[in-house]
Amino acid sequence: MKVALFIPCYVDQFYSQVGISTLELLERLGCDVDFPIRQTCCGQPMANAGFAASSKACDANFTENFKEFDYIVCPSGSCVLHIKEHLQPASDPAVARIRSNIYELTEFLVDILKVENLDASFSHKVGFHVSCHGQRGLHLSSMSELMAPTFSKPAKLLGMVKGLELATLTRKDECCGFGGTFCVTEEAVSVRMGQDRIDDHLDKGVEYITGGDMSCLMHLEGILKRQKSEVKVVHIAEILNSRN
Amino acid sequence: MDHAHASTIFNKDKARTGWHDETLWMVREKRDKAARLVPDWEKLREAASQIKSHTLSNLDEYLLEFEAKAEKNGIIVHWAADALEHNEIILSIIRANNISKVVKSKSMLTEECHMNEYLASKGIEVIDTDLGERIVQFRKEHPSHIVMPAIHLKREDVGETFHKHLGTEKGATDPQYLTEAARQHLRDKFISSELAMTGVNFAIAETGGFVVCTNEGNADMGAHLANVHIASMGIEKIIPKAEHLGVFLRLLARSATGQPITTYSSHFHKPRTKQQMHIVIVDNGRTVQLGRPDFRNSLKCIRCAACFNTCPVYRRSGGHSYHNAVAGPIGSILAPNLNMRENADLPFASTLCGSCTNVCPVKIDLHDQLWKWRQVLIKEGYGSISKKAGMNVMNTILSNPGIYNFMGKIGRGMLRAMPWIAKSKSLNPWYKQREMPNAPAQSFKTWYATNRKKS
Amino acid sequence: MSSRDKIVSAVKGNKPALIPLPLMDWQVSTENTTDTFIKTLEGIGGTLYTIADLQQVMHKVLEIHGNEKRIVNQVRLSDGKNPEEIKSESSISLENVEVAIIEGQLGVAENGAIWVPEHAMGHRALPFICQHLVIVLPIKNIVPTMHQAYGSINVSSNGFGVFIAGPSKTADIEQSLVIGAHGARSLVVFLVDK
Repeated sequence: MKVALFIPCYVDQFYSQVGISTLELLERLGCDVDFPIRQTCCGQPMANAGFAASSKACDANFTENFKEFDYIVCPSGSCVLHIKEHLQPASDPAVARIRSNIYELTEFLVDILKVENLDASFSHKVGFHVSCHGQRGLHLSSMSELMAPTFSKPAKLLGMVKGLELATLTRKDECCGFGGTFCVTEEAVSVRMGQDRIDDHLDKGVEYITGGDMSCLMHLEGILKRQKSEVKVVHIAEILNSRN
Repeated sequence: MDHAHASTIFNKDKARTGWHDETLWMVREKRDKAARLVPDWEKLREAASQIKSHTLSNLDEYLLEFEAKAEKNGIIVHWAADALEHNEIILSIIRANNISKVVKSKSMLTEECHMNEYLASKGIEVIDTDLGERIVQFRKEHPSHIVMPAIHLKREDVGETFHKHLGTEKGATDPQYLTEAARQHLRDKFISSELAMTGVNFAIAETGGFVVCTNEGNADMGAHLANVHIASMGIEKIIPKAEHLGVFLRLLARSATGQPITTYSSHFHKPRTKQQMHIVIVDNGRTVQLGRPDFRNSLKCIRCAACFNTCPVYRRSGGHSYHNAVAGPIGSILAPNLNMRENADLPFASTLCGSCTNVCPVKIDLHDQLWKWRQVLIKEGYGSISKKAGMNVMNTILSNPGIYNFMGKIGRGMLRAMPWIAKSKSLNPWYKQREMPNAPAQSFKTWYATNRKKS
Repeated sequence: MSSRDKIVSAVKGNKPALIPLPLMDWQVSTENTTDTFIKTLEGIGGTLYTIADLQQVMHKVLEIHGNEKRIVNQVRLSDGKNPEEIKSESSISLENVEVAIIEGQLGVAENGAIWVPEHAMGHRALPFICQHLVIVLPIKNIVPTMHQAYGSINVSSNGFGVFIAGPSKTADIEQSLVIGAHGARSLVVFLVDK
């Protein structure tokens, strides 16, 4: 299966290991992975700041890079949601194609590749942070507000990892407070939200906090490092690809 | 003071912020518990949403039907185009009846119209009878929550306020004791009042009647003892038929506080014998919002505040940070319609997590509307010039892979060589309470080009 | 142009294309309706007694409240006493009512609410101004949900009517529940099972 890899800009710049893990994981699962080298960013930071109208050239570059692919996979729920809802112009058939062919990593593994077991092991106690856009936007898992059956695509995959102990959090899907430019424009609330999420995880004795979005994890990591915590963040792609 | 500034101040008291957050989260949990007991919950939300959407699409007919039926039943119907006209109408009724003291049960509309201040300036004392509202009235504060006006206050604060204004024991904090004091104090006011004001939860077009929901019974103690009853309503409070109340009353209290229903759901159709009953139908920007396709759904709101209780930002910044009668996510969508300049900060006071949209009993697409307001506000010129310039630069960088790669390399290079550049708490807000991410020598692209790129 | 005309024409001009009303189809189980009603009302601070004979009402009320204070009765009880005529009283003179006994028209199991139309109150203020409220309700008049309730009552046939669900309350001080705000401090319901 031919798959295009879309790597979020901040993963490209600061967390290449997440990109590497995603690539290796997809290859191990039998995909023929292409990485369009001229990709840059999905444009979400601009759009969420109110400048969706100014991102035309950025959108055009994205479309140019990905228009030929039947499957585009990205290790980020928020980037994928942004493309699905806001890639412009919506009237362009290439854009429509991309919008319907783009997948977040865990949904691609569960829904398309239909992965039932993984050759992975990660013998640690782990807390899973539910990133909002993936959950409420892409329905990667059920939402605590809705009266509907419980399910989680990421948790299903984590259940296939040998030795991994998944913690049960008190607030199952509260936002971490990153929110794009919010993390600096409303710094006080943003950090308080992140701190409260971390306290929930620390309270459960986790060694690692994982999730599907490096943006959330980068924000939590910043707080963890400032308080000199032993707890580390790790993207779910790294766990699913790990055999340590 | 904009939301970001106000919430920075709010967060200085870490313990109190935690207490405020926990208190409101508990209300969200009560809502969840109540919703779980209703097998039809999601079906109810969908029905409520559709009933409201239908109503908005036929609103003029329903308003006229309501007026005709209400008048036939002996209710005097007034129309107010804006807040000032609403206040003037209220004043004229008060003056015509030679009244100087008014009791009022909760009405966010009268808050929106700044009615209390207006009447005070004309020598009319308004006594708010909802316990939470009376507390903030004594303290000369505004309500911080549309259902629990004093939720930002601790019992010690209330005890202090009642000691000052009601003569309760100094240092008393028992809610039972304090509530009893308020009961006695307000009972006198009810008995001696000549004019009672209420809000309207739902106005029924089919019958010309309206419904007022309270737990305390203060709306009824006012209305049934006074010779004049004035109810204020926004045009969007109309519902088509009495049977629709079944849907809304099943959703309202469960969404608001986790109760199956408020203690009293009072249905008013005719004035009492020898009583004057008035209703004031208010626009105040609602018809403008109706004309905005992206934002008209906000008019479906039934003022339950479920969105406030679930909002992680509201819980950690408090209602006063929103500088409006209605705070939280719904307030952030309604306020820019009233005044874009003063409320341009509100749609940005959110991470767009989407929890609000999920708890809304009438399925308003709250977080989508917050995103859309951001686009409108920037387009209308309410973003700073430096922000706009920054975004144009970003667009250039992100549309040009060569520049992007180059800037990324330079940026990381600088952070590696001169880490102190980013480490300024005053210049770099990220750094105030968080460490910067490591700046690796190699981007993913570089790794890919070296290790994987097919030649 | 009056404000009325301005508003109505603005609505007309700005409203979206007509969206249909949804179908109101609310099937519900009628099992355990009475038990659910009792449990729910007890959970929100009400006290219930199931009786077969209306005579027990006054007997129990006197037992709880004594006969020193003013009891206003609006129900035709079987001891031959007629409901008190209080319609013509001024609301203020009801200020000293300790106990009010009124008849409820129907009860709603899902939330413990009881519909009381104006004609059962004598005076609109009575159920709210009394210190303690007593409602007499035929046990067969309990329906499962609000949908059935609205299907059975005609809200506009009286100038006023109210769903009463328990005693008055507030949680405005630190979310701490206090029973007895401005309305009645307690609610006792007699379910009459003849």
